[in-house]
Amino acid sequence: MHPRLARLLILLLLALLGPIPATALAQGEVNVYSARQEALIKPLLDEFTEQTGIRVNLVTAQAGALLQRLRSEGRNSPADLIITVDAGNLHNAQTAGVLQPVRSEALEAAIPAQYRDPEHHWFGLSMRARPIMVVEGRVAEGEISRYEDLTDRRYRGRICIRSSDNVYNQSMIAAMIVAKGEAETEAWARGLVANLARPPRGGDRDQIRAAAAGQCDIAIANTYYLAQMLAGDDANDREAARRIRVIWPNQGEGDRGTHVNISGAGVTAHAPNRDNAIRLLEFLMSDASQQWYAEANQEYPVKEGVAWSETLERLGRFRADEINMALLGEYNARAVRLMDRARWR
Amino acid sequence: MNQDAVQAAAPPARTWHRPDAWRTGVVLTALVLALPVLVVFAHLFLPSTDVWQHLRETVLRDYVVNSLLLMLGVGAGVLLIGIPTAWLVSLCEFPGRRIFQWALLLPLAMPAYIIAYTYTGMLDFPGPVQTQLREWFGWGYGDYWFPEIRSLGGAMAMLSLVLYPYVYLLARAAFLEQSVCVLEVSRTLGNGPWAGFTRVALPLARPAIITGLSLALMETLADYGTVAYFGIPTFTTGIFRTWFGMADPAAAAQLSALLMSFVFVLIVLERWSRRRARFHHTSSRYTQLPRYQLRGWRRVAAVAVCALPVLLGFVLPALQLANWAAGTTETWMSAEFLRLVWNSLGLAAIAALLALALALFMAYGQRLRPSWSNAVAVRVAGMGYAVPGTVIAVGVMLPFAWLDNTVDAWMRESFGISTGLILSGTLVALIFAYCVRFLAVSLQTVEAALGKIKPSMDDAARSLGMPPNRVLRVVHMPIMRGSLLTALLLVFVDVLKELPATLILRPFNFNTLAVRTFELASDERLADAASAALAIVIAGIIPVILLSRTISRSRPGHDTAA
Repeated sequence: MHPRLARLLILLLLALLGPIPATALAQGEVNVYSARQEALIKPLLDEFTEQTGIRVNLVTAQAGALLQRLRSEGRNSPADLIITVDAGNLHNAQTAGVLQPVRSEALEAAIPAQYRDPEHHWFGLSMRARPIMVVEGRVAEGEISRYEDLTDRRYRGRICIRSSDNVYNQSMIAAMIVAKGEAETEAWARGLVANLARPPRGGDRDQIRAAAAGQCDIAIANTYYLAQMLAGDDANDREAARRIRVIWPNQGEGDRGTHVNISGAGVTAHAPNRDNAIRLLEFLMSDASQQWYAEANQEYPVKEGVAWSETLERLGRFRADEINMALLGEYNARAVRLMDRARWR
Repeated sequence: MNQDAVQAAAPPARTWHRPDAWRTGVVLTALVLALPVLVVFAHLFLPSTDVWQHLRETVLRDYVVNSLLLMLGVGAGVLLIGIPTAWLVSLCEFPGRRIFQWALLLPLAMPAYIIAYTYTGMLDFPGPVQTQLREWFGWGYGDYWFPEIRSLGGAMAMLSLVLYPYVYLLARAAFLEQSVCVLEVSRTLGNGPWAGFTRVALPLARPAIITGLSLALMETLADYGTVAYFGIPTFTTGIFRTWFGMADPAAAAQLSALLMSFVFVLIVLERWSRRRARFHHTSSRYTQLPRYQLRGWRRVAAVAVCALPVLLGFVLPALQLANWAAGTTETWMSAEFLRLVWNSLGLAAIAALLALALALFMAYGQRLRPSWSNAVAVRVAGMGYAVPGTVIAVGVMLPFAWLDNTVDAWMRESFGISTGLILSGTLVALIFAYCVRFLAVSLQTVEAALGKIKPSMDDAARSLGMPPNRVLRVVHMPIMRGSLLTALLLVFVDVLKELPATLILRPFNFNTLAVRTFELASDERLADAASAALAIVIAGIIPVILLSRTISRSRPGHDTAA
């Protein structure tokens, strides 16, 4: 290579590396791989550093890719803690053998059993529900009370939902397979697809916006999207979200409850800073952190007794499907294939 | 081209101090760069699971059909926009020509997924345009027809708008480089402007246009952001779904391998299209081309044809971004934001320089020592451009981590020291991934430029006793200066926009503008993402304008001594 070019390259590389510590393995640190994006976790991590003096190093990416990185790095991986925004990927991490079990009384006391791994590999940090949202006035009160109602012919061309590429839909179907078996769930998925107002596209907010604008009457979306629209700065979104009424499905006696999912975290199998990682986990389960989740991102705290945000309170209380979250991961691949067969894009 | 001539004229082997350094060097470099692609290919030999059977029965047809349609649509789109605009600004005179010359390149600075977000924000059902229409006419849903932006057609339009500059860029360079003699001969034979274009200029520019087209199509195949947002099942979305949703990396890699076979066909077609043809000019009499003066409606049409792609591909989405950014609190002057800018620019600069150096080495090696094995190695190394960034990232991750862990195990065993991960999770891995991903861009540009240099130049320099690397430095590189800068700037802009590989390979606490944009946009916070998106666009404009100046100057016979 041209010597001048080589010098230039090295200089540039050094300039980029400059402010980054050469090693991430020094004492007093904890390394986090997070599928939760930076803006929604950094403030908490900064608070942790402030309180404990432990420095937090962070990489964010999609869960699947982070998991791949963790696996290929193997025993030398610098990562101590992996954070995901759904239960399925936590389960995948566990089956891939990249997590280690952690016994912590504080964690077990704070988190209800269905929101953590029975074998202690991972712990739920926050919760979100995926209820049915209808446009006020276009669906009568009491007309829909279960997910199963959505396949009725009278909803033909009236439902909006996003693509089945999305993990929240995959988890929802996985939970349904657990409850009703594959054949019945596939029939339901076909019925839902037949009732869609448009081919699935966009994210959850797009479904809510489309419903409010009149493209459909019914949307399925995660609660925090609606709550963020209600509490956000965007006037159009606020107005759209106000026209939506939330139906908490499957609340009847003996019924399974509304589908929920969790964000969560687990300590990696070869964590170089294991103790710090557990401290961070326990910090994330403190009342103050749980409160922050609830307020900043409009998620439900998993810890009993922590107040919900005002916006979420207004959406109403509900009974959640209590299947263990590990099952969502276990049935995820089956759910994806089922949706392929049902031609759910 | 004209490889026989080069070889015939090559001096006897004893004048070489390192007899086969070029050949082995090129093959080795190409192999290292092809490693990620080969790692993906290697998955083909893993036992195939029943996932593959499932895909064949359900969605594979959709993936193939949609990917092919998308390629056809984008191919037609970029040619229809790229060629006429390039011809107009190069050989015709009309108001605003000088501005359009560079402005037509601006959409290059706009990442495809960002333009998709902005148009969706403007044009979808709840967006301001349709809402206004409904208010004016009292329509409701289903009362009127409006083109659906989030559809296959929409994706074709979005990708065409940001990818046509590849065709424009290369076609324009080709038109400018055409010897005036050829065009004058064409005129003396009675060809008017139109016939001169279709019968002489266009066929002569064909290799450049096809190179531009193949770059655009490869980028189309690799695109994930746009098709995922529009909900179109294509190969890329299928790869992600199979990999992450069905947790089956082997089947996902097999899909990637199938995708790459598409690319291979593209490459073979491109080679075939210029088989045995020679495109270097035999006359070097260059003077300023007399431009056709356009009058009347032709003038208006020319302005419209050039203005439309700039407006739709750049001005409108940039205004929408600025509008969103104005409503948010993200401050541009914060230390953190400047850090993002610095990281993005630094990475882009390093990757662009490296990719150029590698491309020069490989292209020139192939010219010096043309061989079948070299040609294949170089082609495979260039295939990374059509592979989604995440797949490349995994292809980089696996061998790097393997190397690190092997060294670590050996060091532990021999010396009781753990070296940990040396390369994985560092910028080295990331920059390597960029080179793999974008080598095709610099390689094709450099190859095209080298192909236009008469082999007799090599012969003359070599017969004067110059060693090959000096011929490259002293003779070829100055002649190709324009193309080299083009290659540099194209990779620079591409890296600036690159997302998936950056996301997954970057070290701790290291962010770029693209990462910031994606994180906010993926959470459907488009307005918050606008500041970072706008910064990418602005950072991309400067190289784009430089690029345009380079091309104008590259015209032989232009005032600078070439």
